[in-house]
Amino acid sequence: MGFTLVYLSAIVLIPFAGLVLRACELSWADFWRLATTDRALAAYRLTFGASLIAALANALFGTLVAWVLVRYSFPGRRIIDAMVDFPFALPTAVAGLTLSSLFAANGWLGQFLVPLGIKGAFTQLGVVIALTFVGLPFVVRTLQPVLHNLDREVEEAAATLGAGRLRTFVGVIAPTLLPAVLTGFALAFARAIGEYGSIVFISGNLPFKTEIAPYLIVMRLEEYDYTGAVALAVVLLVCSFLLLGAINLLEAWTSRFAR
Amino acid sequence: MAGTLRKNWRGHREASQRGTEEPPLIKWLLIGAALSFCVVFLLLPLANVFAQALAKGWAFYWKSLAHPDSRAAIRLTLTVAAISVPLNVVFGLAAAWAIAKFQFRGKSLLITLIDLPFSVSPVVAGLMFLVLFGLQGYLGEWLQDHNLRVIFALPGIVLATVFITFPFVARELIPVMEATGTEQEQAALTLGASGWQTFWHVTLPSVKWGLLYGIILCNARAMGEFGAVSVVSGHITGQTDTMPLRVEKLYNEYNAAGAFAVASLLALLALFTLAIKTFLEWRQSREFARARTAGRG
Repeated sequence: MGFTLVYLSAIVLIPFAGLVLRACELSWADFWRLATTDRALAAYRLTFGASLIAALANALFGTLVAWVLVRYSFPGRRIIDAMVDFPFALPTAVAGLTLSSLFAANGWLGQFLVPLGIKGAFTQLGVVIALTFVGLPFVVRTLQPVLHNLDREVEEAAATLGAGRLRTFVGVIAPTLLPAVLTGFALAFARAIGEYGSIVFISGNLPFKTEIAPYLIVMRLEEYDYTGAVALAVVLLVCSFLLLGAINLLEAWTSRFAR
Repeated sequence: MAGTLRKNWRGHREASQRGTEEPPLIKWLLIGAALSFCVVFLLLPLANVFAQALAKGWAFYWKSLAHPDSRAAIRLTLTVAAISVPLNVVFGLAAAWAIAKFQFRGKSLLITLIDLPFSVSPVVAGLMFLVLFGLQGYLGEWLQDHNLRVIFALPGIVLATVFITFPFVARELIPVMEATGTEQEQAALTLGASGWQTFWHVTLPSVKWGLLYGIILCNARAMGEFGAVSVVSGHITGQTDTMPLRVEKLYNEYNAAGAFAVASLLALLALFTLAIKTFLEWRQSREFARARTAGRG
């Protein structure tokens, strides 16, 4: 018990307190000026916008994948099921490297997509693609147990009462799945906001265009502008905490449904 | 006769399933959509790593891996994992034990704090250690006076990795330990076993699969961490470059095949992690099924 607390404070709390202390040394006006430069605002917009789109894509396709994996049997199902965790196990640097080469003009997918005007590498679209990749496991893995435990009898009852398959899905299944989908969405969103490794490779990191907030922190550090970096970090931290709170509320909601 | 019987039986089955199953066309459309999404986002990126790594042939592949700087990066990554994983295993065991087997105030706060590194951006995590130990940091001058290097050296990389991989083992162990309860330990203690004996012979064996699961996840993340390590490492070639940082450096030097060669090792690590994970899950479900049939009999 004592060891747990000492180790926890040494590894997590003290570094954390250091950052907060450093931020408190700034006056409010200075903090505001450093955290809301035009370049920073553009970076926030891209970070949050791309994370939102990627999390939405994951909510949609993650639900589809989870549904197919739980409900149907088809050749290769177990392999796909095991592969869903791949983005979680693959180092983000490798993910960014391989995605950027896939979508580059001479890559496997890029050679077909680039002539169509879809540029996946070194664009904002690339950021969305990388974030979708890293967030993929979250929705699938949150949804799978819920789908598995879903009572077939409720669907049978709906069918007996004359509801078509679509109506059963919209009226009976979807409301039960909603809390889990939202939890997965929030988890993917939270992960996407902090993501750094994969984006560095695929985005090209052009200021005002394809530069994300964590990358701007690294830029500030390379200019030895510690206070500027700390101000940006505090903004990101506050956002992560708000999301963490939202996720806890959502999980409480989901478990109430599960009971 | 048999033919009509079978036909009837089939007709009956279709009718009974129509209510809770989609028409075959929609079903296969859904499977097709899900499969193509998985192929584009999971299989193609994986296949691409190995295809690009071998694009210039096996000779070039081996040469890239045998390069002294790459070898130094592999060695550093293994060293960092060898230090930080055991640290977090010991902590994970202690924390999960304290949380699962005892009741105390502030328990949920402790769980939230353990989860904290999950929700912090890796770059911000690295920055925290820079603020503490960097030259402009709180302890920076003291460290310099005593000729100790933390940032841009091994200790900083280990600290950042430990921070990032902090929750994995504890997170996996808490539910397992809570599920096993305290009765067996109490029985062991009543029979005269010491605290340590109880831990080694009762607690540890009951959580070994959960522990292994936590260790492989923790190890995969420790070896692959990029953001936090990149902030504290200083990118000194051959000295403080871990494998992911080496990948970035080769990529920036326009040596794509070399970058992919090092990346392929990390991808193999990910596949290995997935294989063990799948095996453990399969084992767990088999044990669960056996326990259920035993309970029924």
